[in-house]
Order: sequence, then C-alpha cells, then structure tokens
Amino acid sequence: MADKRITIRATRYDPEKDKAPRVQSYDIPFPDESMVVLDALNYIKSNVDGSLSYRWSCRMGICGSCGMMVNGTPKLTCNAFLRDYWPRSITVQPLNNFPIIRDLVIDMEDFMHKLKSIKPWIIRQQEIPLGAGAHYQTSEQIDDYRQFSECINCMLCYAACPVYGLNNEFLGPAATALARRYNLDSRDQGLKERLPVLGDAEGVWECSFVGECSVVCPKGVDPAKAIQQTKLDTTMRFVLPYGNRD
Amino acid sequence: MDFESYDVLVVGGGLAGIRAAIAAVEANPRARVGMVSKVYPMRSHTVSAEGGAAAALRPEDSYEKHAFDTVKGSDYLADQEVVEAFVREAPIEVIQMEHWGCPWSRDPDGKISARPFGGMTTWRTCFAADKTGFHMLHAVFQTSLKYDQITRHDEAFVTKLLVEDSRCVGVVALDIRSGRFDAITAKSVILATGGLGRIYAFTTNGNICTGDGMALAYRAGVGLKDMEMVQFHPTGLPFTGILITEAVRGEGGYLLNNQGERFLKRYVPNKMELGPRDIISRAMITEFEEGHGFDGPHGKYLHLDVRHLGEEVIDRKLPFMRELGREFVGIDIVKEPIPVRPVQHYMMGGVDADIAGATPMLGLYAAGEVANVGLNGANRLGSNSLSECLVFGAAAGRAATEYAASARPVTANPVDAMLWDEARRVESEFLEKKGGSERMGAIREEMQHEMDAGAGVFRTKEGLASLIERLGGLRERFGRIKVEDTSHTFNTEMTAAIELDFMLELSQTMAISALAREESRGAHARRDFPERDDEKFLKHTLAFRREGARPRLEYRDVHITRFQPQARSY
Repeated sequence: MADKRITIRATRYDPEKDKAPRVQSYDIPFPDESMVVLDALNYIKSNVDGSLSYRWSCRMGICGSCGMMVNGTPKLTCNAFLRDYWPRSITVQPLNNFPIIRDLVIDMEDFMHKLKSIKPWIIRQQEIPLGAGAHYQTSEQIDDYRQFSECINCMLCYAACPVYGLNNEFLGPAATALARRYNLDSRDQGLKERLPVLGDAEGVWECSFVGECSVVCPKGVDPAKAIQQTKLDTTMRFVLPYGNRD
Repeated sequence: MDFESYDVLVVGGGLAGIRAAIAAVEANPRARVGMVSKVYPMRSHTVSAEGGAAAALRPEDSYEKHAFDTVKGSDYLADQEVVEAFVREAPIEVIQMEHWGCPWSRDPDGKISARPFGGMTTWRTCFAADKTGFHMLHAVFQTSLKYDQITRHDEAFVTKLLVEDSRCVGVVALDIRSGRFDAITAKSVILATGGLGRIYAFTTNGNICTGDGMALAYRAGVGLKDMEMVQFHPTGLPFTGILITEAVRGEGGYLLNNQGERFLKRYVPNKMELGPRDIISRAMITEFEEGHGFDGPHGKYLHLDVRHLGEEVIDRKLPFMRELGREFVGIDIVKEPIPVRPVQHYMMGGVDADIAGATPMLGLYAAGEVANVGLNGANRLGSNSLSECLVFGAAAGRAATEYAASARPVTANPVDAMLWDEARRVESEFLEKKGGSERMGAIREEMQHEMDAGAGVFRTKEGLASLIERLGGLRERFGRIKVEDTSHTFNTEMTAAIELDFMLELSQTMAISALAREESRGAHARRDFPERDDEKFLKHTLAFRREGARPRLEYRDVHITRFQPQARSY
C-alpha cells in the first residue's frame, strides 16, 4: 500500500499567541511499517509545518527526551510504532502533570530540583583516595540496585502518577527510585542524609501505591517498589536511630 | 548590561564537558564554573555509547600495549606523546568513575571487569553491561550536582564565541525557552559539544550531534584538524542507524554474509570480528559490491549472529541489544541474527587542540569528540572515546582553570556590542527573515544524502569534487530558506536553522580535506589512491576558514615518539 496515510493530532500551544492549548491535525503519508510517532512528527516538521516544537535526540530509547502522551498514555515516541495505532488517528500531547512551555515541550525544572534534593551521588563518611583503587563490588551487590540505576529521567512516571498530578510537591517516582539506587549501593553510606527528604511530608508517604509509574516505565524500573521499600527505611529510622547502614 | 561571568565556562554537558567542569572545581574550589548545554546534560549523546571504556587496568596489560594498539589503529596518524599520556591517565579515570558510582560490570572477585574490543590486543574495555555511556553520563552528571560552584545553563544554544584581542572571553547563547540572547563571559572557555554525525543521513548519532563547537571555533579562526577522518561503525541497524555495539563481537558474535560465511577471514584473518572498524566497514561494503549482502527494504545488510552465545550470556552482557532488537526490529537476538550495515558513527577530526586541550586561541580549550587532540588519528579504536572524554575533559578543565587564574577579567564594553551584533545577526537571518522559499528540511536531507554518497566509506576524486560543487549549491540555497516559526518561545526551527548553517560549513571542510588527501589511511579510503603515502601524508590536515572562499589547508607533521610507521595488517 504505497499511499497509506495516518492522521496525527498534535497539541499546539505558543504562549505568545494562544490563550490555551489547541489541537492541530496533520494527515501524512505512512509509507514504511518501521515508522514511529517521532518519525511522524519529524515528517511534519520537515515537510508540513516547521513550527511544531518537541524534544528528541537519540531515537533509541535511552536519552529520555521524547516522552509524550500518545493516545492518552505516556510513551517514548521513538519506540511507539505507527502500525500499532493505524488506521486510528494518533493524538500526541505533552506529558501530563507538567506545565507546557510550547506545543509538546514540557517544563521539567521541578524534577531537576527534586533530583538534586535526594543527593544522587555516592556519599562516604571517608573518601577513599584514588590511589587505593576501586571498591570491590560483586555482581550480586550490583543486582541489589541495578534496576533503579536504569532510570533515564524521561518523566513518563510523573505523567502517569495521579498523586503528582494533584500535588506537585510530591517527590515522585523517578527521584525516589534514584535515591533508592544510591541507598542500595554497597559503596554508599548516605542513607541517613537522604532520609529527611524521602521521609518528609511530601516524600514517600504521599504515595497511594497506584503503581502506574512502574507500568509506564520504558526501562523496567519499578519506582513503586522503591517507594514501598523506602517507606520501610523511613520507619526503621525511628526503630534504629542511626539507619541500617553506616 | 548585565551578564553572567565565570572563571571557566564549559560548552556542552556530555561526559567530556561534565568531567571538565568537575576538574575545574577540584583544581580551584573557589572557581566559578558555568556549564551551558543546548539540552539537559543527561540527554547528551554520551548516553548512547554502549560497549565500554578502554583502560589498561589488568595485570597482563600494559601502557605500552594500549599505546601501540591505539597508534596502529590510528594508521600512524595519532600524535604519540598524546597517546602515551592518555593510556597512563585512562585507568585512573576509570577508577575515578567507579568512586563516583558508575556501576562497572565486575569479575567474580568483585574487580572491574573488561571485555575484548576491536583492534585491542587484550581485554581492556571496561563496561557497564552494554549501556556504558548511559551509566557513565548519569553517574558523572549526578555527581556534578553536589558541586555548588557549577552553575548550569540548560537548554541554551551557543551561537558565537566572544573573542576580544584574539582571546576567547565567553559566548553568546540563545536561551531556547525564552528566545533571549545572553552574553556569558568567562576567562576561559572549554568546547565539549560532541560530534557532527547529523551531517550524514545514515548515522548512529542523535539529533543533537550537529558539530556546533567545531563550527564555532572555525568561525572564530581556529583550524579544524583531519576533517576527512570520519568513522563508519560496521554494525548499525538498517533504517534507524541505531548502534549495535562492537561488544556483540567482543563477546563472540559472528559477522556473516548471505552465504552464511564468516567473510572476515578473507580480510582480517588474525582478528576476524575483532578487527578495527575502518577495515571491517570496508570489508562489508566490498561484500555488498560482490553480491554477498542480503537485500532488505532499507538497503543491503549482513548478519550479526549471537545465537551461539546463549540466552544467559546475552542477558547478562548484552541486555540492551536484546531490548533494541525486540523493540526496534521485532526480533529476538537469542533466536535470530541481527541485520546490520556500516553507519557513520564518530568524527576523528575536530578542533585543533593540544595534549591539554588548549587550542591555538588564547582562553579556548576543547575536549571529547569536538576536539582533535591527536589521539585517534585516522581511525579511533572502539572504547577509546569514552576514556578520551574523561582524560582530556579532566585535562582541559585543569588547564582552563590554571589559565583563568592569571587571566585578566573580561570587560563589559566590547561584550555588550558583540552580544547586540550577534542577536541582530541571528534574528535577521532566521527569525525575521521574509520571502524565503527554500524548505530547510529539504536542504538538510540533500546535504545528508550527498555526504553519504560522496564522503562515505570509500571516496574518489570525482565523487568528492562533485560533492563540493553540490554543497556549494546547497549553501547558496540556504541563503533563501524559509523559517515559518516566528515565536521566541522554544523555537526549534530557528535552532535547527543555526545547526544546518553550522553543518553546511563543516561538510565543506570535510570534503575539501578529503579531496586533498591523495592516499588511503585509516578511515579515509580513496579508490584512486589505495595506498598509504607516508612520504607525503604522514601529516595532519588543518582547514582554516576564509570569507567567501573555500577553506585554506595547511599540513602539520605527526609526532612520533617510539612507534615507527609500519604496514598495518591484522
């Protein structure tokens, strides 16, 4: 079918002109079964409407730039295949729960602050000098935190989280998963420093365990598990005042 | 007018840039360090590196072996004192990354593991499964967050270097979100903007790899070195160009032609799948030409087969490859071979810089893929580039900090005028342009296809001459482009126009440098000059910009310390 076509309905919003977001429809060719939603957007931008704005880069599901709502579900548009939607039209919207900067571009400054707040770096009571070489860490010890280290910061989990939708102060899934990634790392001794943020009023206890974050994660991270485990950590903090790893 | 002012300003937020920023702060904890990047740092293309980072850490390895492999891999175009410094620093940097939390894959005894890689004579490629770049980038970025001295300007696009009395004193940056132009001044500037793969149609590189830093330096009068040296990786997925890591072959995968033959026995019999990238890519193209390729909907391809490795090894060592196969090609690599063909991957050429990352311009440094410090010569060995980002990122960070300590402050007056001029230039060329008729996407695609055709794995005089003509035509049409987006808010059509402007400039330096190098060396393979010619071309090419004319070329001798050029066979 050389002349197969598909309709893309994209959110348009330019704060310099529009009072509110609107929808624009594009009927475009769909000549290749390998095409993804991102290819459709790129086709539109190159050939139909150069003003359509969105973020993308690696187009291989690792840079985390191209997350959008695709027919209501948060997806990386670089691996959302048109063939899975055709002949239906595809509605592409900016990720839920974030302010819109322009068209399909969201404002993710909030996450950047939250990321820093959980101290996502190795914390040691005493730094080991470089000359002493690397720490030993077994594959089993890596397995303890491996899945939480796979987060690509794509924001799909925040777009899926109903709690974050209601309360943007909530620390949320990815930041908690990344805190967990460090708390579980055998090289790290920073649990005690991270617990105040994780356990405060907007920390893990806000989570109502809907679990959508883990469902939409494109990298198999289970932030819901990280949040539940961290709840245990914050409890243990009161039982064992110095935390569980010093 | 107000402007941000730093001691050291890093342009680019990938592995080299962040490593440089941390090195600057550690060299002088009172230094004010700025980092400006057109994307959030964790989106940088380092994230897509897969196979690993080379470092002679194992007892059976040595600096000398790593150095020799690198020099031979470079087809003797590497500067050997740079290579020797690099191999000594790489293990220290890999351990530094370990201390910063990089989840290096481990041997059973808990030590950092290593895998074989192309052109390396021993196992020295340290890895984090097959997402090494991703893990390194996130580890170093997250670590950088603890340094309050580092101020980031995320999603700000540098359009021009500020130069005063032949000294680089900062940049003009477009804040993408607001459309505002800012002068960001600094006593020293480090370019770490990565590669230029998007000049080609078929590339592993992400959309952001548009050679910005090379174009910025070139326009400021700095030479671009060895721009004819472009790496084609043997194994990209047809259609998307997604990289299938060399680690697939390192772990024992086979390359097969349509006869089911491991054809590399006819090209690199002693190394087979672990030959260097330039030679294997040429072997694959030759197989296509001899009718030994498979025909697919997206062109010819060969098979990369890992079925014999078994599911356990694949899931432990190559899980991302299995995921990419499943999600992007619809195959399970445990059960089916992977379709692959050579794909533009890496730029050996770049901004002329020395062992400390210093360019010939006072106050300007470069590190990572944007730079050519002389490490990679005519062909980079796989897994040397992540280590290069660390070693030379750190070196540039230290050198730039040292320079900043003695440099005089930047004065406001000329900066204001330069900012005004640059903002007017960009807005009048792109934002307020009226009456243009040429579609930018069409010019970009033509440039990419011309570069694939004329400056690919094999080159000829006729092909390059015709490429230069066509690039000239595209440059002329670019002057009549139509920019539809008039918004100041997140105007990605304007940033794409600036990127295309940069790429058209760089593609010309690549084609002209390639035409002038009448020999075959490393990745530069001339059908009309199939032999290496050390007599004439054991030299770096330097391209300098001339207003309204083709670039002027100069040549500079390669530094040889202990490895005399010899025939390169594997």
